[in-house]
Amino acid sequence: MTSNQLVFLMLAGLAALAAVGVVAFPSPVRSAISLVINFFILAFVYFTLGAQMLGITQILVYTGAIMVLFLFVIMLLNLGAPDAKAKVSGWQTAVAVALGFGLFGIVAGQVILPLSSFTQPRSAIDYGSPQAIGQTLFTGYVWPFEITSVLLLVGIVGSILLAKRRI
Amino acid sequence: MQDVPLSWYLGLGLFMFSTGVVGVVIRRNPVVVFMCIELMLNAVNLTFLAFARYMPAVLDAGESARSAWMAGQMMVIFVMAVAAAEVAVGLGIIMAIYRLRNEIDLDEMSALRG
Amino acid sequence: MTPRELYTSPRGGEKSWVGNAFLFRNVEGQVRRRGGSQRVQSRGRMEFLQSLHPAVLALIRVLLLVLPLLMLVPGLIWWERRLLSWMQDRIGPNRTGTITLKSGKRIGTFGLLQPIADGVKLFFKEDITPKSVDRVIYFIAPGLALFPAFALGGTLPWGPPTGLWGLLTPVANIDIGILYVLAISSLGVYGVVLAGYASNNKYSLIGGLRSSAQLISYELAMGVSLACVVMATGSLRMTDMVFEQQKALWGVVPWIQNWFIFTPFGFVSFVIFLICMIAETNRAPFDLPEAENEIIAGYHTEYSSMKFAVFFMGEYASMFVFGGIISTVFLGGYNLMPINWAILAQDLPAAAGLFNFLDQANYTLAPLGFLLKCVMGISFYIWLRATLPRLRYDQLMALGWKVLLPCAVANFIVVAIWIMATSLYGVLGGLIAGGIAFLICGVLYLNVMAATRGQRSSLEKRTLVLTDGIGTDQRNQVELVETR
Repeated sequence: MTSNQLVFLMLAGLAALAAVGVVAFPSPVRSAISLVINFFILAFVYFTLGAQMLGITQILVYTGAIMVLFLFVIMLLNLGAPDAKAKVSGWQTAVAVALGFGLFGIVAGQVILPLSSFTQPRSAIDYGSPQAIGQTLFTGYVWPFEITSVLLLVGIVGSILLAKRRI
Repeated sequence: MQDVPLSWYLGLGLFMFSTGVVGVVIRRNPVVVFMCIELMLNAVNLTFLAFARYMPAVLDAGESARSAWMAGQMMVIFVMAVAAAEVAVGLGIIMAIYRLRNEIDLDEMSALRG
Repeated sequence: MTPRELYTSPRGGEKSWVGNAFLFRNVEGQVRRRGGSQRVQSRGRMEFLQSLHPAVLALIRVLLLVLPLLMLVPGLIWWERRLLSWMQDRIGPNRTGTITLKSGKRIGTFGLLQPIADGVKLFFKEDITPKSVDRVIYFIAPGLALFPAFALGGTLPWGPPTGLWGLLTPVANIDIGILYVLAISSLGVYGVVLAGYASNNKYSLIGGLRSSAQLISYELAMGVSLACVVMATGSLRMTDMVFEQQKALWGVVPWIQNWFIFTPFGFVSFVIFLICMIAETNRAPFDLPEAENEIIAGYHTEYSSMKFAVFFMGEYASMFVFGGIISTVFLGGYNLMPINWAILAQDLPAAAGLFNFLDQANYTLAPLGFLLKCVMGISFYIWLRATLPRLRYDQLMALGWKVLLPCAVANFIVVAIWIMATSLYGVLGGLIAGGIAFLICGVLYLNVMAATRGQRSSLEKRTLVLTDGIGTDQRNQVELVETR
């Protein structure tokens, strides 16, 4: 067990625990905080993959903006109290969890096990740097970039219209 | 990182994805369901990055492995941007529904059924 | 290496510290003998530091950032109270620990012990926890507010990144330095919003939501104004920004350093970043969320004694670190004065000895220069608090979205056009293109302002006439003109 594997196992364990916390907590605020922790840990997993720009963007966009939006909505709609009936009834929960395990097992068996021979990364360590991302994004992917900016504009206008009291 | 097998990253992504699926099925609060969808999207991001790093698949003959690694990251960037827009619009919808009915419970929202 | 090479050749080509930490690889040239007696002292120190495991060296760097910050917070509290009092024409705390001798003479401590007295009082105060709070979130919220304040300094170079100082600062010289600052400052929202929610108090919730709305609004203009600096530098590293600022002023005058505040569009970015920085730290005039006479201290109403002290500490520490960030990005970082001593020594060989000495002093005393600039930033914060009245919430949001963000984006466009034109047509072409772009933006702004004049809240003028002495012969009339 090398030190890199140990570091990854610690990060993965925390992320998995936080992911379970999102589903398990009856209070939406606790679920949101677990998701924040999960996204934060995931950014460090991205750093271990060498994708530094994406990791820091994960913290900026997901934890810094999207989850703040979730918390705002939870607090504005006063959903903070633990739901009386947070989940569906007992046997339905058990069936759902069993199906979740089933999904995990099937995909793991078919997809992950055949790929267990890949243990070394194959791309250079600075392909996640801002220079590389900037060059690729603005030369090869400039068309999706512009369309995404229009999409974000549509999202802004749409969410303002939806949330207004009177148009 | 070196020495960490690809299957470990994929396993973490798959665990997050299946947890998200279970959450979407069993939770009744739409905001929490939304959060589980975000969890699934992040699992997909992690899978994209892991594959791009460990198995950059070169499709054309003239491409280098670099473009495959960059393609994975570009996909993740656009997934993040689209997820942000989706969250904004989705939470707006939830607020509009809450204002109409003063309660949100997915099992009660069955007006279109049958 | 000559002094000039010491800090004009960046540590380029080395792998990022993030990569090193995870791969646990040895620092290049690690295995060396400990410094012998013939060697100069600093060479021995450097060798000792380089012989340590990288994780231990990283821990030393972290301690060198966090411990002085912790120790400076009481000093900041003292300085704020004294400076604020002087500006308000009073003396401030000066009685703590005063010893009165039998002869009547007093030995005072200038109030330097006042923060210690405050700390002791807060420590012994009763820690009241309201019964119906959400316990877990109530307890972690102050910690969540404190963590970004200390983590912000992670990529801040408080000394030159070469030589001995290079092993001690910054904590991590990562490729994405300035984005790290933005990301951590966006995490500062959670402490506030969770503290407001956990207090189970309507006013705290409103204060928390207002404060977080303010924080995310001003983050945008902050990011765009930093993007202008990133474009001018060509890199996201904080150390590269300082190196870029050590070049010739405007590319023309080699003896003066090109601090970004001296360039025209860098100055605009500086002003925008300054205003956003003050809004991000919830300081006057943007302190509506924690104002005592508006919303009963807002999100930290229900926190007493040590938890309140933790919020306080977080605010002061982030003030200090933001002062450091603005001095790194716009004010030349760790350079004491905006003069290139080494180039001056080469061009004026008559006084070369003096200039070389000053160059070496600039290198050795760099942390002191950094500290001086941070203290100047703090004094500016205190000056604003003493001078400006508080902004109302709608004025605050209008400023953030309708004034600062358009200004920042226009500045960004102008800087982009300037850089592109300079690379295509040379310096003069760049200036002309930048000037044309600036004029176009100005005309657009005036048009938008004229078109929306009817919708913006216009100032109403009401004239009240107060008449004194009705029923008598003498009537005094006073006119009061009231504007909304």
